[in-house]
Amino acid sequence: MELLNLYQNNYLIVFVFLCLGVILPLVALYLGKLLRPYKPYDAKYTTYESGIEPFHDSRVQFNVRYYIFALMFVIFDVETVFLYPWAVAYEKLGIFALIEMLIFVLMLVIGLVYAWKKKVLKWT
Amino acid sequence: MIEDLLYSSPGWTNVGIFFLLGAALLMVVLGFVTYAILAERKVMGFMQLRHGPNQVGGRWGLLQTVADVLKLLLKEDTIPKLADRPLFILAPIIAFAPAFMVLATIPFTDRFQFADIGVGLLYYIAISGLTTIGIVTGGWASNNKYALLGGMRAAAQMVSYEIPLVMSVVGVILLAGSLNLNEIVEAQRSGWFIILQPIGFIVFLIASVAELNRAPFDLPEAESELVAGFHVEYSGFRWAFFMLAEYVYFFAMASLTTVLFLGGWLPLPFLGFIPGAVWFALKFSLVIFILIWFRVTFPRIRADQLMEFGWKVLLPVALANIFITAIVKQLFFM
Repeated sequence: MELLNLYQNNYLIVFVFLCLGVILPLVALYLGKLLRPYKPYDAKYTTYESGIEPFHDSRVQFNVRYYIFALMFVIFDVETVFLYPWAVAYEKLGIFALIEMLIFVLMLVIGLVYAWKKKVLKWT
Repeated sequence: MIEDLLYSSPGWTNVGIFFLLGAALLMVVLGFVTYAILAERKVMGFMQLRHGPNQVGGRWGLLQTVADVLKLLLKEDTIPKLADRPLFILAPIIAFAPAFMVLATIPFTDRFQFADIGVGLLYYIAISGLTTIGIVTGGWASNNKYALLGGMRAAAQMVSYEIPLVMSVVGVILLAGSLNLNEIVEAQRSGWFIILQPIGFIVFLIASVAELNRAPFDLPEAESELVAGFHVEYSGFRWAFFMLAEYVYFFAMASLTTVLFLGGWLPLPFLGFIPGAVWFALKFSLVIFILIWFRVTFPRIRADQLMEFGWKVLLPVALANIFITAIVKQLFFM
């Protein structure tokens, strides 16, 4: 029971930190609203584009490279999800798990080498 | 007293007390940010043979940042007509909240820590990844070409460097056998992990500079090409919260480096009479200084170099480090 309380209290602190992290911007922006001037005119509310009139919407179709990096990120981030528990329990798992993990990472490294050879990593 | 509180059953009293303590930490962090900005400007000034701020608040410019913050508070707040208003308002909050949240688990000394959770390190890494969403949201919601480019670059950079960062600490976890930050510090009694994990430390340091979006990896806000990157359209206090998030991460990342690699509050041999808090502060300041030094020394790298460096150098090195550590541990320590 005591340990459960400790556990819950610790996560309560995390939650309190989340609340504080949200409250500070809200309070500061509200205080700012009371203090700052408000003199709107149309030119202030245009989009900045180095002084020229902004033309068409800026949300255009984007370079596909970003998408490929995002895919690679997903693959390697999932790998780390497996690496973490393995690293924590390494002392109990021993040599067999090490070889398994080597095989697992090797497969992903083959993927990385493939991407490398395909010039996916080259940004041109 | 705090012990009793932690073991008592959770209720609103606990929330209230935690809230006050957390608010106190928040004030400390804001004070740190104020003087970290000043210290950064001063140190950069000395390294570039100029004076740095020396007008407001005496010769050392001690009130310069305070004056800057007050000025920002009085700035008019403009939200462009074409911007996506709700997201535009939400973005600084999404960027800032995780920056403060990660501080919850960092042990400053063996007694001074907020949440001692079992997966402290994983918590830090998971939460710190959320800031990217805030930055991309801000870039997208601005409906500005520079901002969108900056936001996209920030996303690409942060996901690319997240992986070496996460992998470089696997070596530390292997040696400590725990994700709890307290246990990681305790595991360094026989030797700091900077000595046992030199490769991991270097990879971590480089990747952490990239995660902090600081020079030489400050491409998302490269002023020479993207004006100001993802926060072009932000002004006043909304902008300040992006900056604040950046500097709170500066604080958090320097603390994490201290905890993971420099032995946290542990003293050097024969100097155990100096309290742990002083040791933590010394190591923390050293990391801060090195990060400022980084910024002054290296020129900003190009976007293509950034990506290639992350994937072709840091990632293979970090992977190799994991297995070298595992094999060495298997052969000599088990």
